[in-house]
Amino acid sequence: MRRLVILGAGTAGTIAANKMRKRLSRSEWDMTIVEQAPLHDYQPGYLFLAFGGQKPRQIRKPVERLLPKGVTLVRGSVAELKRDDKTVVLEDGATLPYDYLVIATGVSPRPDQTPGMDGSLWKDSIHSFYTFESALDLEAKLDGWEGGRLVVHVTEMPIKCPVAPLEFAFLADSFFKRRKMRDKVSITYVTPLPGAFTKPVAASTLGDMLGDRGIEVESDFMVERIDEDARSLVSYDEREVPFDLLVTVPLNMGADFVGRSGLGDELNLVEVDRETLLSRDDSIFAIGDATNVPTSKAGAVAHFQMDLLPDIFLDHIAGKEAEKRFDGHAMCFVESGGGKGLLLDFNYEVEPLPGSFPLPVLGPLRLLKESRLNHWGKLLFRYAYWILLLPGRYIPMSAHLSLRGKRRPKTTPTPSERTDHAYSDHART
Amino acid sequence: MPIQTMLGREIHVDDEGFLTEFDEWDEDLGAELAKQIDVTMTDRHWEVIRFLRADFQDRGETATTRRVDSVGGFPVKEQFALFPKKPAKKMAYVAGLPKPHGCV
Repeated sequence: MRRLVILGAGTAGTIAANKMRKRLSRSEWDMTIVEQAPLHDYQPGYLFLAFGGQKPRQIRKPVERLLPKGVTLVRGSVAELKRDDKTVVLEDGATLPYDYLVIATGVSPRPDQTPGMDGSLWKDSIHSFYTFESALDLEAKLDGWEGGRLVVHVTEMPIKCPVAPLEFAFLADSFFKRRKMRDKVSITYVTPLPGAFTKPVAASTLGDMLGDRGIEVESDFMVERIDEDARSLVSYDEREVPFDLLVTVPLNMGADFVGRSGLGDELNLVEVDRETLLSRDDSIFAIGDATNVPTSKAGAVAHFQMDLLPDIFLDHIAGKEAEKRFDGHAMCFVESGGGKGLLLDFNYEVEPLPGSFPLPVLGPLRLLKESRLNHWGKLLFRYAYWILLLPGRYIPMSAHLSLRGKRRPKTTPTPSERTDHAYSDHART
Repeated sequence: MPIQTMLGREIHVDDEGFLTEFDEWDEDLGAELAKQIDVTMTDRHWEVIRFLRADFQDRGETATTRRVDSVGGFPVKEQFALFPKKPAKKMAYVAGLPKPHGCV
């Protein structure tokens, strides 16, 4: 009997369990998944939870109900990987031997990594919405808040769901308008990026959307610490942004055992081949948010990866070159408030572009443009997540990015047109 | 990919002027690139640049400010002092490396 062990039953790990079980014969492969948490959260729901828009029971389900028969669930968290012995050691001392390992332990918010963040102001005037509990705390805070300076902040990239803080800013604008108190609230968006988003076309659209809503942007802001007395964010280049309510996305880090295993980078993200997801240990793959691949940390990415991983895995154990390869495909719905949303679709090479999806012209969804249908798409996606995505059922979307229906706006310079004004005006300022 | 002439040589750069060929760089060119962005190189600047070059050769990607701090041992605060305002971009530019993908 060969043993496949999956670490983590979040989005990536759960899809992996379901898809791999279908492909690996039960008489030859024993499968185990390790997870500490009793409940699996639909994480995009946290954002809505914070604004009172979704109920806890809609976004949580018991982990075991989402796993297929023939996969053993072991409760626990990983203390150490003994790679020489091909053994996982859990915090309670239990050991799990493996032949192949899939790391799907994701990333976690780490407010302890920024001085002043998880001190006396935490849960008082500093909040977050990246865990179930913090989203509920924030809901209570927003419900009773009388207004002032709201600062929405990203500590450092990469973060899970890089559009979530933008969505938070859009939804906050809409929330305070609905409550007829928008005039009592100033909203500032503070980011380490040079603009609203990393990729030029989307950055310009999303930047305009912030401007239209009267949301100030403080860019290239690398936070050094939070001054608890002055209630302000302080950057390494000594800029200060004062707040009455700070909603921050703390530094996101991979699991500590990854750091200790020698497979991780400085953020404990598993360093993998970006097309095959194999780590430098040839019996260990990593998927989902846990890897260092240069694409979004998002559920859609985990889904697209898992459309390919079973084949990549089978080729690998047969000693063959992988035929299928991951192209960094990511897709996300962006809530923009007032019952509208946008859709972004991109990969390692192609940035998010306007157009229609999945069909040219007909759509029905519009890319990089606000519409009501995109918003409904996002809401309906919650059902698709539980019913289709996690169980690994067929979803009519390609694992690879398609350029059908996409167009590059004429006003945006193509790379070759951008060459003249080279580096100087980009970095000198 | 566009070509620029610097110190009488032709070098391959991307649309923002970052070198695209690792081997076209040497320290003379690094000094010239630093001049373009008004950075005066000291021994300490060169230590950072040499770390970035070696780390890139190892891993095939440009180190982030966090990595230059935790692995290279140059505190972020010092990186801001040496390469003001946008250290990650400026260090990569002088070192002749691709802009660190600020991620997505």
